[in-house]
Amino acid sequence: MQDLLNLFHGFSVILSWYNLGMMAIGLILGVLVGVLPGLGGPNGVAILLPLTFTMSPTSAIVMLSCIYWGSLFAGAITSILFNIPGESHSVATTFDGYPMAQQGRAGEALTASFTGSFFGALFSILMITFLAPLVANFALEFGPPEFFSVYFLTFASFIGTGKDPFKTIASLLLGFGLAQIGMDNVSGMLRLTFGWSELLRGVDFLVVVIGLFGVGEILLSMEEGLKFEGVHAKINPTVVWQTWKKLPKYWLTLLLGCVIGAWMGFKPGGATAASFMSYGLAKRMSKNSDNFGKGELQGVLAPETAAHGSGCAALLPMMALGIPGSATAAVLLGGLMIWGLQPGPLLFIEQKEFVWGLIASMYLSNVVGLIIVLSTVPLFAAILRIPFSIIAPVIVVVCAVGAYTVNNAMFNIWVMLFFGVVGYIFKKLDYPLAPLILALVLGDATEVSFRQAILGSQGDLTVFFSNWLVSAIMTAGLLLAFWPAISLGWGKLRGARAK
Amino acid sequence: MPVPADSGIDPIRRTGSEVSPFVMEVCMEQTQTQERPRSSGLTYQGAEVIVAVIIALVSVLMMVDALRIGTGWAIEGPQPGYFPFRTGAIICISSAVILLRALFGKHPNRKPFVAWSSFKMVLYVLIPAFLYVLVTQFIGIYVASALFIGGFMRAIGRFNWLKVILTSVIISVLLFYMFEIQFMVPLPKGPLESLLLGY
Repeated sequence: MQDLLNLFHGFSVILSWYNLGMMAIGLILGVLVGVLPGLGGPNGVAILLPLTFTMSPTSAIVMLSCIYWGSLFAGAITSILFNIPGESHSVATTFDGYPMAQQGRAGEALTASFTGSFFGALFSILMITFLAPLVANFALEFGPPEFFSVYFLTFASFIGTGKDPFKTIASLLLGFGLAQIGMDNVSGMLRLTFGWSELLRGVDFLVVVIGLFGVGEILLSMEEGLKFEGVHAKINPTVVWQTWKKLPKYWLTLLLGCVIGAWMGFKPGGATAASFMSYGLAKRMSKNSDNFGKGELQGVLAPETAAHGSGCAALLPMMALGIPGSATAAVLLGGLMIWGLQPGPLLFIEQKEFVWGLIASMYLSNVVGLIIVLSTVPLFAAILRIPFSIIAPVIVVVCAVGAYTVNNAMFNIWVMLFFGVVGYIFKKLDYPLAPLILALVLGDATEVSFRQAILGSQGDLTVFFSNWLVSAIMTAGLLLAFWPAISLGWGKLRGARAK
Repeated sequence: MPVPADSGIDPIRRTGSEVSPFVMEVCMEQTQTQERPRSSGLTYQGAEVIVAVIIALVSVLMMVDALRIGTGWAIEGPQPGYFPFRTGAIICISSAVILLRALFGKHPNRKPFVAWSSFKMVLYVLIPAFLYVLVTQFIGIYVASALFIGGFMRAIGRFNWLKVILTSVIISVLLFYMFEIQFMVPLPKGPLESLLLGY
């Protein structure tokens, strides 16, 4: 009951012209960055974050989270009309979305995917509303060992998701290494600066995000010699209405997508897995499973519902525990620290207005977002028809400006360029980038909690197994970390027995 | 980064029917130079090895720096290098595994890391972008951006001068308006701004 009251208070905070304006700007910018190659959710938020330093934290988070929602919606536009998945979680949408568009059913596919996204998000937001305060309340009891174990679990859950677990580990720990550059905030000693004064303040994660995701993506798109050949989108109220009438038939697909999305979004890096899982399940359970891949409505509905749902659910651990569930959530979390808020369970007690304002805005912005995307698709599709020889340099300029404004340093632009090349090579070699960003954002907090924990126990590492809670989380983390090895060993064992 | 030599893949077939005029031009260049003797070029395997070695070197650097500030236990708790040293050690082990797998794995990926024709496209962005950042330090970001966007449009998009100048100048002016006037965020400026606007 208290939560509902808080939620209503949140709505009263959000319902001002200023905040509603920020919401609309954020959504439109979000769709824009989602549609353009080289600008996605994470670096769209990273580029605009410096501009929010002077805003109130609530307005700032409303705008930036709306960029996130907008970019999630946008993934469907490029996948369906251009057969180009903007981000990995919209790959599954291309399977049926593009064939539908080729058959002249682009409007239907877009409507279904946006509506599915909306329901996926709504389900996750409801979950956040009722679950997040409970999780935060529970986490209030956490001490440094518990926090370290939760961080450990977060990082460990990445290891099984990549193609090569060792590449994930390398990428993750390089993120830690980057976080360690600069002054050690416990002892004040300089680390990894090698006498280079530019490195004193450390490497800002925003600059790294802009380089890895922005410049790196442009280099990749250039290599592919992209020329966007899209299908024209016709979307009008009749098409929308016709599609909506069909949707109740697919309630089970929708519900499954919602549940998968919410569940996977909890864990880091879940959106991609969620979209594929939801697509696979929908295919297996459908009567028309032969038609999947040739333009089946459910094949668009299922992955989009799960992807958007898990994108939203990624904010639950971010708000309740201070642990982001996706790369964009990691950037948002970095924003909280910049605005002077301490992420973690105390947020629900100390910053009620902020937290509930954000939750209320999530309800509202998904409704507004649905209306905006349904009405402006042709406009955004037209943007992709601007020649790449204009878009590419403009995006490089925007990235450079974004990197510079992080702390008004020319050095940042060089760092961005460097990470652009790193991002290009890492992407080509399947080194995952999200773990690196997450480790860079959470590196300091992880190290501090580790140091506090073993300081309390005088260097005894068994402190991480000192009570049932921390032991359980650590064991789960260890299991996940060694999961690739365990499953390999298990497979061999079974193979040997079969012989 | 080492530049891969001619990979021998037919770029016209690779890019299929979606060939922009620019790609077409590169392709023609490519077919003309096809006569020269083929070297093996950088394969995925080679790239894996190089990247793994670089990561290993970085991890050694981390561990050396950690040793400087102490990796053990002091009276006041773990020393500042405690965490970095262990991080570096794990990176070192993983990169060693990646290296060994790339070298002695069962299925080495001998496909070319990047075809020279496509890598050329990457360089067409990377080198101007590098120059752009360099030039920004001297003439400010606004003029440099206009030059960069304009130059790119002219050289790669083959737009006529009118479109080139209009687009690049309008974008720079918009940037200036947004950052210097709307958001009051100062960006690097050069002689032109001080001459015209007294910044």
